[in-house]
Amino acid sequence: MRISISINGVKHDADVEPRLLLVHFIRDLAGLTGTHIGCETSICGACTVLMDGKPVKCCAILAVQADGSEITTIEGLADEGRLHPIQEGFWECHGLQCGYCTPGMIMSAYGLLQENPDPTEDEIRHGLEGNLCRCTGYQHIVDAVRHASRQMAAKAVKAG
Amino acid sequence: MSFLAKYIGQKVRRTEDPRLIQGIGHYVDDIKLADTLHVVILRSTHAHAKINSIDLEAAKSSPGVVAVYTGKDVEGRVGFVPCAAALPDLKVPKYPVLAQGKVIFVGQPVAAIVATDKYKARDAADLIDIDYDPLDVVTDPEAAVQADSSVIHEEFGTNIAFHHSAGTGDIEAAFKQADRIVSEKLYHQRLAPVALEPRGVLAHYLPGEQQMTLWSSTQIPHLMRTQVALMLGINENRLRVIAPEVGGGFGSKLNVYAEEALLGWISMQLKKPVKWIESRRENMTSTIHGRSQSGTVEMAVKNDGTLLGLKYQVIADMGAYLQLLTPAIPTLTGLMLSGCYKIPAISMQCTGVFTNRMSTDAYRGAGRPEATYLVERIMDCVALELKMDPVELRRKNFPKPEEFPFATATGLFYDSGDYEKSLARALEMSDYQKLRAEQSEARKQGRYLGIGVSTYVEICAMGPSIALPAGGWESATVRVEPTGKVTVMTGISPHGQGEETSFAQIVGDMLGVDMDDVLVIHGDTSIVQYGIGTFGSRGLAVGGAALACALDKVVAKARKLAAHILQTDESSLTFENGRFVGAPNDSSITIQEIAQAAHTAHNIPPDFEPGLVATHFFEPKNFTFPFGSHLRGRGRQGDRRGQGASIYRR
Ligand code: FES
Ligand code: FES
Repeated sequence: MRISISINGVKHDADVEPRLLLVHFIRDLAGLTGTHIGCETSICGACTVLMDGKPVKCCAILAVQADGSEITTIEGLADEGRLHPIQEGFWECHGLQCGYCTPGMIMSAYGLLQENPDPTEDEIRHGLEGNLCRCTGYQHIVDAVRHASRQMAAKAVKAG
Repeated sequence: MSFLAKYIGQKVRRTEDPRLIQGIGHYVDDIKLADTLHVVILRSTHAHAKINSIDLEAAKSSPGVVAVYTGKDVEGRVGFVPCAAALPDLKVPKYPVLAQGKVIFVGQPVAAIVATDKYKARDAADLIDIDYDPLDVVTDPEAAVQADSSVIHEEFGTNIAFHHSAGTGDIEAAFKQADRIVSEKLYHQRLAPVALEPRGVLAHYLPGEQQMTLWSSTQIPHLMRTQVALMLGINENRLRVIAPEVGGGFGSKLNVYAEEALLGWISMQLKKPVKWIESRRENMTSTIHGRSQSGTVEMAVKNDGTLLGLKYQVIADMGAYLQLLTPAIPTLTGLMLSGCYKIPAISMQCTGVFTNRMSTDAYRGAGRPEATYLVERIMDCVALELKMDPVELRRKNFPKPEEFPFATATGLFYDSGDYEKSLARALEMSDYQKLRAEQSEARKQGRYLGIGVSTYVEICAMGPSIALPAGGWESATVRVEPTGKVTVMTGISPHGQGEETSFAQIVGDMLGVDMDDVLVIHGDTSIVQYGIGTFGSRGLAVGGAALACALDKVVAKARKLAAHILQTDESSLTFENGRFVGAPNDSSITIQEIAQAAHTAHNIPPDFEPGLVATHFFEPKNFTFPFGSHLRGRGRQGDRRGQGASIYRR
C-alpha cells in the first residue's frame, strides 16, 4: 500500500506491507531511531510519539493507520537546536540514567502537559503510568515534569 | 597534589544527557550497516524434550531467507556458552549455542533464521516444524534433589550441580549454648531482570582483514571479547567488541550469551553484517533470571538477645545450564550472612541444583539482597520470640565504630561503619517512639499499623582480583592531547551510571581543566585497554580509583617537564588549578602548555619520554561496605507519608 506520513514536518512516502508497524516505519524507513522499542506490546511506552498532536504507542499502530497523519518524534521536539523545556527538565532534574525510556517519557509528558499544564505529583504519576523506567525509580522523572511545567508557565506568561 | 573541588561533589548536568534526551544516541538496534541481514531465533516451547526432527524445507524456501541453521551446523564449530565461576566439584554441563538433540528450558535457541528483513525471518521461523518428544519436567528446585526426580543432565546422574559450605566459628557449640533457636523457612522468588532495552547483537566480519566487530548490549565488552573469541576460535585481537549506548543491565548483561557467539559465527559464514534484536518475550525466557533460593535460616540466641550463631541451609536454583557466574551468586549470599551484626559462628550449606528453567545469574545485588532479607527477617523473628523491640535487638548486636575493621565469621573485613548512627538517624526522622505509641493506640481500636525496620550492609566495589574469576582490578588511561584536551579511556562500561560525567569531574578537578575539555571513552575494545566492566557497584569505586592513579602519573610526568622548562626543582613546584606554580622567579606553566611541550619535544629533559599519557591498572585491597537503615510505618489506610526514613552511607 502506498502511504504518506509526515514526520517532524518531513513527508515520507512509501509502499508498505499492511502489517508494517508504525514504529518500524519511523525507525527503519524514516531512519529516526530515537523512538525506542521496549516491548512491542504497548506496555512499556518507550515507543511513544505524537500522532496528530496526541501521544500514541506506535508499536501498536500499523503504518497504514497513520497514513496522512502528522507524527512528532523525540528528534522533532527541540526547536532549531533549542531544547524543549521538557528535555531541559529531564536534563536538569536527572530524569534519566540509561536513557532508553526517555524519549517515550518525554513524549508522554508532552501530551500530559498539553492537557494539564500544571499537574500535581499524583497527576504526573498517573499521567505517565503507561511508561516504564527500570533505572530511575521515577522520582526524578516526576521532578523533571514539574520543572518543565513551571518553565512552560513562565514562558507563557512572558509570551502573553 | 592539591586541588579545589570545582566539580566533585557539585551539581553538574550530565554529559551523556543531550544525546539521550534528543533521541540521537545509538543503542545496538540504532546502528545500521548496509546489507545487514536479520536473524530471528526459534526457541524451544518445551521445558524438557527430545528433538526427534526439525523440518527446515519450507523455511529455507520462504521469500527473503538466506540461511537457516540448527544445532547440527554449529556442533564442533562454535564453542559452548562459558561458565567462569569455579567451585570445587562443580558440574558444568556443555551448553551449545543451538540445541543439540534435546531442549532443557523454554526459550532455548533451536534454530537461527537469517533473512533480508526481520519480518521475512519471522515468517520463515513460523514454517519450521519441530517434532518434540516431551520429557518429565523439573521446575521446583526442592523437588529436583529428590531421588525420584527426572535427571536433566544424564551425564551427571543427578540434578545437583555442587555443594558449597561457608562460614567459620564453632557453630555446634553456639547452638548448644543457645537459650533459644529461632528458625524460618524463606523463599527468594525467581524474577526476570527486564532491562528496558532488551539484548541485541550486530556482528560484522570482514574476511579480507580477518577482523570482526561485534556490537552488543553488554556490561562487559572486554570479558566478552575474550570469551567469544575462544568460542569462535579466532584470535582475541581480531575481535572488536563495542558496547554502544546500553539501555540498562542490572546484571542481566553481565554475561556471555549464546546469541553473541552465534551471530559472530553467522557473519563469518555469510560474510555480511547480521543483526539480532531480542524481543521482550525472548528477554523473559532467555536472558538470565535472578534470585531463586529456598532455604531455612536458624539463629541461636541468648535470652538477652545476644546472637550466638546463624545457620543457613539453602537450595539454590541454577536453572538448566550455568551461565557466566550462575553458581557464584549464592556464594555471595554466604559472604554476607553476618549482616550488620556480631555473629560469632556462621554456617551456610548450599546445594546448587539444575532445573528446567532459564539459568539464574547476577541480578541487582546478586546474592547480597538475599542475605540482607534473610538476616533481617530472622532478626525480626528473634525479636518477636524474645518479645524485644526489633530496634533494641539490632542495636545490641551491632559492632561498635571502634571495632572496625570488623572481621565477620564469613571471612570478610568490613572496612568501616557506624550502624548505630544510621539507625539513630532513621529513628529520629521517623519519630519512632511516637510511631510505636500510635501503633499500640491503633491496636486498642482494632486497627493494625505495621512498622518495618531494617539495617543493612552491602559488599561493593567488586573487588579484589582473588574474588572474581577474571580479576577484579580496573584500568584507566589518561591522554593529554597536544591542544590540552584530555581523553580518558576507562575499562568500565557504564550503561546509565553516568561516568562520562563523574569521570570528567574527577579529571576536571585533578588536572584543573574545564570539564568540557574532557572526553571519556568506554565500551570499545579496540580503543580502550583491557578492562573488567561495570557491575557489583564497582564503576566509580574501582574504575574511578584507577583514573585517579593514572591522573597522578600524568601530573608527576608533567611536573618533571614543568621543572625543566621553569628551570627549577620539581619539589619547589605546586600544582594548583591546572598550573605549576612556586618557581623561584615566579614563573608558572599550565598543564595545556606542558602538554604541547611534551608533544613538540623541542625542550625536554634528556630522559623524558615525549607525549603526556599514563595508564593505571588499579587493584583494590578490599571491597567497600556501605550500609544504611530503613524504617517505615504503614497502616491499613496506606503509607504513613513523612514517617519513613532511609539513611544510606556509601
Ligand atoms: S515498545 Fe511500544 S509500548 Fe513498549
Ligand atoms: S533511564 Fe533507563 S529505563 Fe529509564
